[in-house]
Amino acid sequence: MKHYLVLVAFGALIALLAVGLTLNPREVPSPLINKPAPHFQLPQLREADKVFSEQDVIGKVWLLNVWASWCVSCREEHPVLLEFAKSNLAPVYGLNYKDKREDGLAWLQRFGNPYRLSAFDSEGKVGIDYGVYGVPETYVIDKRGVIRYKQIGPLTPEIVKQKIIPLVTKLNNA
Amino acid sequence: MRKLFVLLVLVANFAHAVDSAPVADDPQLDKRVMELAENLRCLVCQNQTIADSPAELATDLKKQIREKMKQGMSDRDIIDYMVARYGDFVLYRPPLRGTTILLWFGPLLFLTAGLAALFYRLARRRKNVRMELSDADRARAAALLKSDGDAEDR
Repeated sequence: MKHYLVLVAFGALIALLAVGLTLNPREVPSPLINKPAPHFQLPQLREADKVFSEQDVIGKVWLLNVWASWCVSCREEHPVLLEFAKSNLAPVYGLNYKDKREDGLAWLQRFGNPYRLSAFDSEGKVGIDYGVYGVPETYVIDKRGVIRYKQIGPLTPEIVKQKIIPLVTKLNNA
Repeated sequence: MRKLFVLLVLVANFAHAVDSAPVADDPQLDKRVMELAENLRCLVCQNQTIADSPAELATDLKKQIREKMKQGMSDRDIIDYMVARYGDFVLYRPPLRGTTILLWFGPLLFLTAGLAALFYRLARRRKNVRMELSDADRARAAALLKSDGDAEDR
């Protein structure tokens, strides 16, 4: 009887630790989900004299993708974004984060441009407002300008298929 | 040997210089920034505070803290500002609330359970030790011991 109890306690501990191992400590739940997207106004990447603000896309469901030319995982994610942009489900806007203008533009030239346009956040201040800590990150923002989903790290075809597309479709119809 | 030691000390100093705070013109403000940064977790190297971390984001956040302080925000305001963006995770000391009760009191719970099990076992063992022997038992035991001893002597 006693041994049986010890075994149960040990099993419970193993189960607890096993669950812990499957969690990803890099994925910190964002407090910004279901909150209005923080306000920003930044020069555009391509046309430095024009600005872009989240207010410009109010009334549309859109994706904000944080990227940089120095970011290795962004390269991995890029084909997925290009594919999504082709579907025309929702416009994708970029936030070029802590990058050099010429490097960012050259990167788009080389790998293709899925973005309607990119905002240029050279100092990363807008990044801080959006709680960015691991590029790439992607936000799904609804028609009222509320953040509905945040992807930390690269989008994969599975995530787009299972999470982004259903959510965007739902929000488009709302 | 001595030269090597001096060299090591120098190298250690350089290594330290890398992760120190960004340049300050106001030592008092700098101290306040570092004190607050000690309480905030770096999201890139998660087991370091913003004060300790050499990550670029940590430097940016320190810069941001400094700016907010210059604008006259209190420490509390800045902590709220960080939590609004990065969540409770950014706090190096997790706050005490419903979801963190197990985190705070779990160790105490395990300690209590362990002590309870220990006392329970000890109490039972004490009970088992107190066995009454009858005179017949004693005589039998003595006879057994004696015969055993004889057998082994040979």
